[in-house]
Amino acid sequence: MNASLNNRYTPVAIAFHWLLAVAIVCSFCVGLYMSDLSMSPTRLKLFNWHKWAGMTIFALSALRLLWRLTHRPPADVPMPAWQQRAAHAAHVALYALFFAVPLAGWAYSSSAGFPVVVYGVLPLPDFVPVDKGLAEILKTLHHWLAFTLALVVVAHVGAALKHHFLDRDGLLLRMWPRKPSLTS
Amino acid sequence: MKTYFAISTLALAAGFAAPACAQQKLVPAQSEIAFTSKQMGVPVDGKFKKFDAQVAFDPKKPDAAKIAFSIDIGSATLGSPETEAELVKPDWFNTKLFPQATFQSSAVKATGPGKFDVAGKLVIKGATHDVVVPVALAQAGANTTASGAFVIKRLDFKIGDGDWKDTSMVANDVQVKFKLTLTGVSAL
Repeated sequence: MNASLNNRYTPVAIAFHWLLAVAIVCSFCVGLYMSDLSMSPTRLKLFNWHKWAGMTIFALSALRLLWRLTHRPPADVPMPAWQQRAAHAAHVALYALFFAVPLAGWAYSSSAGFPVVVYGVLPLPDFVPVDKGLAEILKTLHHWLAFTLALVVVAHVGAALKHHFLDRDGLLLRMWPRKPSLTS
Repeated sequence: MKTYFAISTLALAAGFAAPACAQQKLVPAQSEIAFTSKQMGVPVDGKFKKFDAQVAFDPKKPDAAKIAFSIDIGSATLGSPETEAELVKPDWFNTKLFPQATFQSSAVKATGPGKFDVAGKLVIKGATHDVVVPVALAQAGANTTASGAFVIKRLDFKIGDGDWKDTSMVANDVQVKFKLTLTGVSAL
């Protein structure tokens, strides 16, 4: 019955998925928290950590996309065609946002006059000019892209849980870090 | 007619052959004092928009030179509005108590063609420290441009006190760069 037992993502894909899931959720929460802080060493630290995390997510997502394009994911579990289409559209949106959110953040930082220096040692180029008006626009863009990502993530998680616990189709096992034993 | 002649002679003298000890004048619109501090490895550029200089300088007699500066600390810009709001506070420049930074030269010596080391006292936030500033001069028409850069330690002047003392957050070294345009400097 359980088609998912041997129908799993590759271990590398699973590692990318969970590592980036944790990194993205943490960065989102830090981003939400830090933007209302008044100027302090804590604020400065969080802003820089957030930028480092964002650039790390950007780089890992590029590797993940390469992996995804060269390794076929497991076949879909049986579900209505519209759900299949919605799931695939959500995956495309997620990948697009993995790049769009950090890019907008990077551009925002540059335009605000703070070039991004990853881990405090690797200076990234500025691909937009320092411009207060542009910075305001990019800040808003970064904000809304991040919230869009959060929304798609909630839909993605909700759908996965619905499949696993309501439809009982074992969908979650395809991405679960440990391969389930046959007896369970 | 005689007066007219005298005035034009004076004007000529002032314009083209300024006497050795005349005061030179700063051209603020073509001058710049900037600084760069590093926040967690990120260079952040700032500027002082208002400053003035009193310069009595003859390139031929550097020993007799007198150079004085005053910088309006409240005119500083740095990165974002958030950091600028922070700058005026007691932990940083304490602008209310110390509205000006000053420099007064004590000795000027030539180090090469058009190059000078200007030693003097720099006063920021009530703290006085000796600095030696290398200056390069370039002349074009009536203007003389003096440019250079030097490094100060921000903690020597208690800039970024309290919670901000941690130099792993904001580096102790602050690079100061300047380009000052003067009129009335005699030829090099």
